[in-house]
Amino acid sequence: MNTTTLERNRTEKKSVTSKSSSQSDTQTKISVNNLNLFYGEKQALYEVSIDINEKEVTALIGPSGCGKSTFLRTLNRMNDLIDGVRINGQIKIDQEDIYQSNDVIKLRTKVGMVFQKPNLFPMSIYDNVAYGPRMQGIKNKGELNKIVEESLRGAAIWDEVKDRLKTSALGLSGGQQQRVCIARAIAMKPDVILMDEPTSALDPISTLKVEELIAQMKNEYTIVIVTHNMQQAARVSDKTAFFLNGEIIEFDETSKIFSMPSDQRTEDYVTGRFG
Amino acid sequence: MRKIKDQFYLFLLWFAAFLTVAFLVTIVGYIFYKGMGLISFHFIFGDYSPTGGGGIWPMIVTTLYTIVISLVIATPIGIMAAVYLQEYAKQGKLVRIIRFATESLTGIPSIIYGLFGAVFFVTSLKLGMSIISASLTLTIITLPVVIRTTEESLKTVPHAYREGSLALGTTKLQTLYKVILPSAMPGILSGIILSMGRIIGESAAIFLTAGTVAAMPASIFSSARTLTVHSYLVTQEAGDIELAAAIGIVLIVIILVLNLSATYISKKFDKANY
Repeated sequence: MNTTTLERNRTEKKSVTSKSSSQSDTQTKISVNNLNLFYGEKQALYEVSIDINEKEVTALIGPSGCGKSTFLRTLNRMNDLIDGVRINGQIKIDQEDIYQSNDVIKLRTKVGMVFQKPNLFPMSIYDNVAYGPRMQGIKNKGELNKIVEESLRGAAIWDEVKDRLKTSALGLSGGQQQRVCIARAIAMKPDVILMDEPTSALDPISTLKVEELIAQMKNEYTIVIVTHNMQQAARVSDKTAFFLNGEIIEFDETSKIFSMPSDQRTEDYVTGRFG
Repeated sequence: MRKIKDQFYLFLLWFAAFLTVAFLVTIVGYIFYKGMGLISFHFIFGDYSPTGGGGIWPMIVTTLYTIVISLVIATPIGIMAAVYLQEYAKQGKLVRIIRFATESLTGIPSIIYGLFGAVFFVTSLKLGMSIISASLTLTIITLPVVIRTTEESLKTVPHAYREGSLALGTTKLQTLYKVILPSAMPGILSGIILSMGRIIGESAAIFLTAGTVAAMPASIFSSARTLTVHSYLVTQEAGDIELAAAIGIVLIVIILVLNLSATYISKKFDKANY
């Protein structure tokens, strides 16, 4: 990997980004410019720049340890929880630099997250979904009931759990739990939902259900999904970014990434030659 | 040959387990055998009589006083200290030193705490030989236990819960109160049960701080005698093994009741959670 090809790739990538965003009538929701991230001395992200469109699904693919999850977690500042993380560069969501403001709470209500493993709290299904709104100060029972129902419907799990809302959420199957996790995120009425390999712990049928759900959800939410599964990226996403060693190698329409990528490394990865 | 060896080791394991149970059964059996004859309604609820034949109600009351007072003080302080150490403090040298100190404190013989209590609470703070002096001393004895067990149970709360909660736009304090502490509750409660056992079993430190007055305490500022101290004194002064054994029965029953109720409460907590 020499610098000239890197440079060229970067300019190519940039031109592609700007072209595609000017072609379509979609709005840019998240705009990342020259983002660098360090874990102590170790640099994990290099000059990441990407424009993520509103109400689209953007997939982040790449081999393990390439920085895609790290990048995802910069978008709702979950990396703040880790000691020794340093960041420079700029991330704007709705034109607002999220690292200039100190209101992480506001950011995280706007940018929801679904994790790799279902992480429902040891409470009832109802309490899990109502947790976020309650913490925002919503106490009215009718209002909470409405939010819980809407959220569970939005996550396509209402019919499966409506008769057992007061029972433990941990008694559900893994796939159901993950959809309740999505409902819990939806309950905050976010604009953006980040998903960190949301189906890697699920069986194929549950995975399919979550994928169908993602396809429905993009009418309302901007979704950024990290996935190890390239078929999944191809199935659910509009755009795909290929990460390698902390850099975005290529970012384009998903169909193009999988049919005729412009970078050799992308091609090697999507055709399964490494990773 | 291998099979014989295998059976031999299995026998050793079985024997160790058997020995442990045998000791327990023998001791409890002996105490019940010796003391059961004295147990009566009058013995438990009657007032003490210096001439003999009286009850042990004042000692039971004193024991319950010391348990309640020291737990009421030690539990909140201990839990808050553990939460600070585990959730808030920067994990550096200072925290390591504090941890080492609390761990060392659990190993110090209780007579040392008793001497400290006698000098500090009884004399310097002028609380005198009293239930309150003894309870404060017991608070210091139990604090490290509460801190250690709370810290351990906070450690077992999955990191995913914290992330899940914070990612929903909650504050650290909300996450702590609504998710982390409830999940850690069974562990914290078992720490409190452990401390209760320690308080009930304590005698040396109480002997030095509460004194030995064998009468119903007028208030928590009176000198009084707990069950263990009483048991020690009747054996020592009167050589009355039967009486000591009867007190032992009462102690065993109190511990059993407290443990069972704590387990029950912790189960309730679990049900409320799950």
